Amino acid sequence: MPVYNESRKNIIRLIFIALFVIIIARLLTLQIFTSKYKALAEDQGMFRKVIYPDRGIIFDRKKNAILQNTNIADLMVTPNKLKGIDTFALCQILEIDTAQFKKKIIELIIKNGRSRPSVFEPLLSDEKTAKLNESLYKFSPAFYLQDRSIRNFPYDAAANVMGYTAEVDTNFLKKHPEEGYVAGDYAGMTGLERSYEKVLMGDRGIEYWKRDNKNRLTERLEKGRFDTAAVAGQNLYTSIDIELQQLGEKLMLNKLGSIVAIDPKTGGILAMVSAPTYQPNYLTGSNRRKHFSELFLNPALPLLNRTVSATYSPGSTFKTLQALIGLHEGVITTDTKFSCSGAFYGCGSAKPMHCLDLGTFDLRNAIAVSDNTYFANVMQKVINNPKYPTVDSALSNWDNYMYGFGLGHKLGVDIPSEKSGNIPKPAYYNKIYGKGRWNFCTFRSVSIGQGEVSVTPLQVANEMAYIANKGWYYTPHLVDSIDGGDKFELLKKYKKTINPTFIPEYIFEAVHDGMQSVVERGTGIGAKVNDIVICGKTGTVENYYKGVKQQNHSFFCGFAPRDNPKIAIMCVVENSGRFGGTYAAPIVGLMIEKYLKDSITDKARLAKIEQLSNLNLMPKRIFIEIRKQDSLRHAKDLEYLLSKGYIKSIKDTVGLDEDQFDNDEFNNLKKEKPAKKNRKDKELNSQAVLPSQKKNINLKAKLKSPKRNLNRP
Amino acid sequence: MYNKRPIISTEKDWVIIWLYAIITVIGLLCIFSVEYKANDDFFKSLLAFKKNYSKQFVYFIVCIVLATFVLLMDSKLFTATPNILYLLGIGLMMLTFFIGKNVNGSKSWIPLGFMNLQPVETCKIFTALALSKYLSRPETDFSKSKSHLIAAGICFLPIVFSLLQNETGLALVYFTFLLPMYREGFPPIYLIAGASLGVLLVTALLFSAPQLIIAISILMMCLIYFLKRKFKRNKSILVFLIGAWLASVLFVGLIVPFLFKHVFQKYQADRIFSMVGQNNPYDNESTADFSAVTVSKKKDKADKENYNVKQSKIAIGSGGFWGKGFLKGTQTQGDFVPEQHTDFIFTSLGENFGFMGCTILMLLYLALLLRIVLIAERQRSTFSRVYAYSVASIIFFHVAINICMTIGLAPVIGITLPLMSYGGSSLLTFTILIFILVKLDADRQMVLR
Repeated sequence: MPVYNESRKNIIRLIFIALFVIIIARLLTLQIFTSKYKALAEDQGMFRKVIYPDRGIIFDRKKNAILQNTNIADLMVTPNKLKGIDTFALCQILEIDTAQFKKKIIELIIKNGRSRPSVFEPLLSDEKTAKLNESLYKFSPAFYLQDRSIRNFPYDAAANVMGYTAEVDTNFLKKHPEEGYVAGDYAGMTGLERSYEKVLMGDRGIEYWKRDNKNRLTERLEKGRFDTAAVAGQNLYTSIDIELQQLGEKLMLNKLGSIVAIDPKTGGILAMVSAPTYQPNYLTGSNRRKHFSELFLNPALPLLNRTVSATYSPGSTFKTLQALIGLHEGVITTDTKFSCSGAFYGCGSAKPMHCLDLGTFDLRNAIAVSDNTYFANVMQKVINNPKYPTVDSALSNWDNYMYGFGLGHKLGVDIPSEKSGNIPKPAYYNKIYGKGRWNFCTFRSVSIGQGEVSVTPLQVANEMAYIANKGWYYTPHLVDSIDGGDKFELLKKYKKTINPTFIPEYIFEAVHDGMQSVVERGTGIGAKVNDIVICGKTGTVENYYKGVKQQNHSFFCGFAPRDNPKIAIMCVVENSGRFGGTYAAPIVGLMIEKYLKDSITDKARLAKIEQLSNLNLMPKRIFIEIRKQDSLRHAKDLEYLLSKGYIKSIKDTVGLDEDQFDNDEFNNLKKEKPAKKNRKDKELNSQAVLPSQKKNINLKAKLKSPKRNLNRP
Repeated sequence: MYNKRPIISTEKDWVIIWLYAIITVIGLLCIFSVEYKANDDFFKSLLAFKKNYSKQFVYFIVCIVLATFVLLMDSKLFTATPNILYLLGIGLMMLTFFIGKNVNGSKSWIPLGFMNLQPVETCKIFTALALSKYLSRPETDFSKSKSHLIAAGICFLPIVFSLLQNETGLALVYFTFLLPMYREGFPPIYLIAGASLGVLLVTALLFSAPQLIIAISILMMCLIYFLKRKFKRNKSILVFLIGAWLASVLFVGLIVPFLFKHVFQKYQADRIFSMVGQNNPYDNESTADFSAVTVSKKKDKADKENYNVKQSKIAIGSGGFWGKGFLKGTQTQGDFVPEQHTDFIFTSLGENFGFMGCTILMLLYLALLLRIVLIAERQRSTFSRVYAYSVASIIFFHVAINICMTIGLAPVIGITLPLMSYGGSSLLTFTILIFILVKLDADRQMVLR
């Protein structure tokens, strides 16, 4: 036994210990001093699955759901399970060919991997879903249907009021950094969906999942101990009367303009129609993107909510307010008379303002016949009132009245992109003309609601509510209450009355008298409804588009019944021509009848609805612009057809030229008797003309002509 | 007196048996945690023997039976049969060339129906016994070069076969027999030279040449400083040290780069580097080629080769101090680490039980090793001592290399973690190795030749 080597046992021990120390040191750095592995592990081994709750449902005043959720199926595929599947049968159901199918599968594999389920076709139509459900057993387990919740409008109405949801983009994320949105989320973009987003979206839940090496989710992390549950969005109860809304939308078909109806007692908006509108379900399900771009490019601007985002000169509807100010300032009494001998000559040589009815009028009759001279005189007296030392102060005083009536500033309605309108300030004229170098005559057209003054339809409706209530109003709003409480205090400002300048009741009575006469025997006789005392005022508004004078807007605003006002309403039909009483008044009459009597049964009245609904008052320029867009597209289509050799000649394929269109086709459309319109045009222009539909019809027509051309010997 | 002795000796070393049992049970739990999915019916799958943990459990029971059997044998049997056993082992290894079963690209397995036997693995026992036998022969004078050569021949013969079977990792194990030989008087210079060459090679892969040269130089200066006094007596040590320094600097600075640039093919070099989870720094093309596509392609490939080590490091690194808890490791449950139940079993421990668990396991292994050394030194017979040292060095090599490879300190060569890794061959081999030692130790009063 070689004893002399015994000391070597210690060296061997040392070697063992040294290596173990090295290993432990390495473990120390790996496991404790390096945090990167922990992050990497979480990255690849864990998945935070966001659970989207159902958005809140929106109800109308009778608790009908007008915006709810519905499930629509996505077809999902797991590529590595595809073996032995009858691809051909599936392709038939999906209406694609097998080459497309293969291409799609390869794309999905590249994008998402073989063993993870990917969306093969999103948002299937009901028909395809039904067919697939029937034969899904043939395609499983590679294919399965996954439900997804989308927004649904059972009444297909109130598109602009409700708004739409869309995928958030980078801009949105930048603007709302703290609200927990990530790319791919959906958020309300316009309308109530936007303004009540916080309430409607609910609380998202998070599920923590384990993920395996093929990126599949395997099971909940620690059986869901860290998960948070999703809480559904809160429901909204609005003041909208969906049937009234539908009637309004029907009446405004083929027209530009809007209707706003308010319950004056609560400030709740009963109907808010912006024409042209669109089918709101277009922007929820499949093909959302395509529809959106079509709507977005439509020159009639169907996505614009004209009730709050369009401003107009109020025209003669402004006279009711002028009367209130005149009476309260004491410059006139109810019996004060002015006469009109053809025009207002109060400003000497300046261009006179004409009046329609010659004669002498007291206040009541002046409102009834909408006498320009009378109200020019009234405002002249208000502005030149010796009570106020300067025109500046007199105009400021007048402005204050107007602000009190809810004009010249945003009312604060609960949908976004409200415009403030404009009430001209002294500073404005000082800037243009210089201090002291202007007077009433400078802005005399303001007295009859033209010139610098502009309002939104909502403001006019609100002003009617103010007059109906004799001196107060609630800020107009759509949402009455929120299911489960108003956590964010969104409704607080709609709960208090606004009563600006105290104006005695008799003054309102005088104006009411005038407005009642308007409907009973004045310009607004078209709004008359049996058994209902309606107070109203017409407006015929001159307007310009890009500096070119256009056809007049037709305005009518009013409230009813006079003694116990339940509805304050305004209607504007853009560029309709004629007078306020011609188009807007009967529309308002029908709306009031519908709301107060709950239904319209009289045959003559029903016929009136159809007649108004069929009336096409789209301004000429919209047609021309649509035609321009289409012809550009046609040019591209033709180029394609030519390059592919489908057609040989471009001659005779351009169709009607501009002049011909202007003279014949267009004038036919513009004839006021709807019976004469041909069917095709009706289709084209109902419901916010979608270019795609129009294009299809046109393309067919276009493709026919060259054939004829070629057949010719 | 002889007849009165109990059949199973009461003097067997319970510490080793307990350490063996504890480590094996930890191994079983680790295999279980790799395979277990939340919804599995534990007992059903345990009894169905379809899962690896249930198979391993069976192997464990078989091992207990075998261990008892080994303890019941006469110690003299072990000293009488090594030569035959050694030849048997070599024969088995040769047999694999004819009836070998292909598992993971190496044809080193003999199918036995209920399990696959890997002769390279079991041959370690026979080699250990043969080496012990040779060194304990009275006529062996281990101070002579001739006996050095014969001993080395005994140890290194199986290497040839393992290399032919494409089992490089297992071949390396046989180099550990240098340790018992060293203990018996083998000149240390070979040990030092061999070990430092290995360490240098691995470190040359892990670190850049300038870093390494600086480190070696500093190490050398420290050595010279501490050994100052010795130089006065023996100048040759200084010469040797400087020579070693020069050699290693040359090796790191010139030979290694030369090898990777000119001798190895690019893919070979990539492979070698990816074994330690590194990208090939001598890859000239990727730096010369600026085309984004080719660069990213190369990167993908390198990433793929690094995958094992990276995943293993992620799993262990994410364990933290206390670990994620038993069956709660996301990496283990998500099957991110390839071969996790066999060579990378340590990762599941690292993830589930963290630094604490790893350190405890390391201490258990260290206790086992030191205990074996202690046992070795208390033997009267050379045979038992050499055998004990052989067992210790085999276990040491396996543990050190296996764990080093999971934490990125050593190249990925497929060797198992003793008693922990899934696999009947490995478990049986280590069980027999250890229990022969326990038996020999129980009979340490006898002089065995």
